[in-house]
Amino acid sequence: MSIALSIGNNLTTNGVFTASAVNNTSVTNVTDFASVVGGGNLKLLSTQTASASATIDFTSGIDGTYDTYVFKFINCHPATNDVNFQFNLSTDGGSSYNVTKTTTRFTALHSESDSPHASLQYESTRDLAQSTADKILLNGVGNGDDESCSGELILYNPSSTTFTKHFMARAVENRSDDTAEDAYGAGYANTTSAINAVRFLFGSGNIDEGIIKMYGVV
Amino acid sequence: MGAITRAAANNFTTNGIILPAGINDASVASISQLENASTSGALTLISEQTASNDANIDFTSGIDSTYPIYKFEFINIHPASDLVTFEMELSTDGGSSWSVTKTSTVFLSYLSEGGAGASVFLGAGLSLEQTTGTQRLMENLGADNDQSLCGELFLFNPSSTTFVKQYIARTNSSQYEEYSNDYHINGYGNTTSAINAVRFQHSSGNIGSGTIKLYGISGS
Repeated sequence: MSIALSIGNNLTTNGVFTASAVNNTSVTNVTDFASVVGGGNLKLLSTQTASASATIDFTSGIDGTYDTYVFKFINCHPATNDVNFQFNLSTDGGSSYNVTKTTTRFTALHSESDSPHASLQYESTRDLAQSTADKILLNGVGNGDDESCSGELILYNPSSTTFTKHFMARAVENRSDDTAEDAYGAGYANTTSAINAVRFLFGSGNIDEGIIKMYGVV
Repeated sequence: MGAITRAAANNFTTNGIILPAGINDASVASISQLENASTSGALTLISEQTASNDANIDFTSGIDSTYPIYKFEFINIHPASDLVTFEMELSTDGGSSWSVTKTSTVFLSYLSEGGAGASVFLGAGLSLEQTTGTQRLMENLGADNDQSLCGELFLFNPSSTTFVKQYIARTNSSQYEEYSNDYHINGYGNTTSAINAVRFQHSSGNIGSGTIKLYGISGS
């Protein structure tokens, strides 16, 4: 009876709920305001958490729904010391990851002791010229307990069947030689087939832990 | 009826507030606006233009004091002709003229499909020093069917009448000789007048196709 009274206090005379009837907790179970006109927000499509995982694959949700997809990788920590963090693309839903790519890569480095690294350089041994190899996002990630890598990868219009697929990445890491690496990578997957899966992995060994989130730009 | 009442009562707190069990996606299907939702840092799509052999794409409305940061997103900008640049211009008079003085830096990295280039360097020839010339966001675009440019440009506080107008951009393209070009552009419109329009164009020829989206970043 007292609840009924409280509910009644939260209704207008027309039976419409007043603002006091709904708070943030009330909408905890709402996952989609389908009719809200918005745009530009990052819509979280999926989150994957590594736990001694060989790879983290996104094999669904990459389609023509969004023009731009953003992957954010957070504290990806390798099981093995001094390994590269890298990604590859698939046109067959993840059956294979071997799309031809041409990409650039340059880095700014600074060692904790100010040497041997305090530089900006292009890394010609870690770029790709029409190669199906994995694209290196970060080089030589350390596996000390507090070491990891983080950053983001933007993938444009992956479902296009007209254009090559451009991407841009920027990421940071604690390298195994106690150096901060600020890495820039960009390029294109040289295919007019739709990209529908993305794989992240270390050059060897597992992704011990870490989170990768995939967003669509609404 | 009594059963419904009882079920509904279970979905309220003793203070009459609706519990999560009382609202789901279907309940809010008719909500089209969340007036008071916290949107700090959220992007709001202001407008979107799709090129179809257009000489330029102008944003002459929606750039004001509503948002502290504006973001332009370039998706598959495809020139009608080879070997052209992609450029930006600013206006303080709603697009009647495009002659804002700018100073900027550009650095870039590139690599050809054959492995040539492989370098990062300051694009001294692309940087501007107190000139009203266009700000080049990319050079040497290719016009093959599968070639295009993608990227983003942030314009900070364009409506300020105190500060100069800073911008940061990054673009990636398929260059006409099959290079991947990664351009980083940073600078400012050296004016304390409000910027209220932005133009994008190629150095010559039309924008064959492509989409440019203008977002406002709220609460930033």
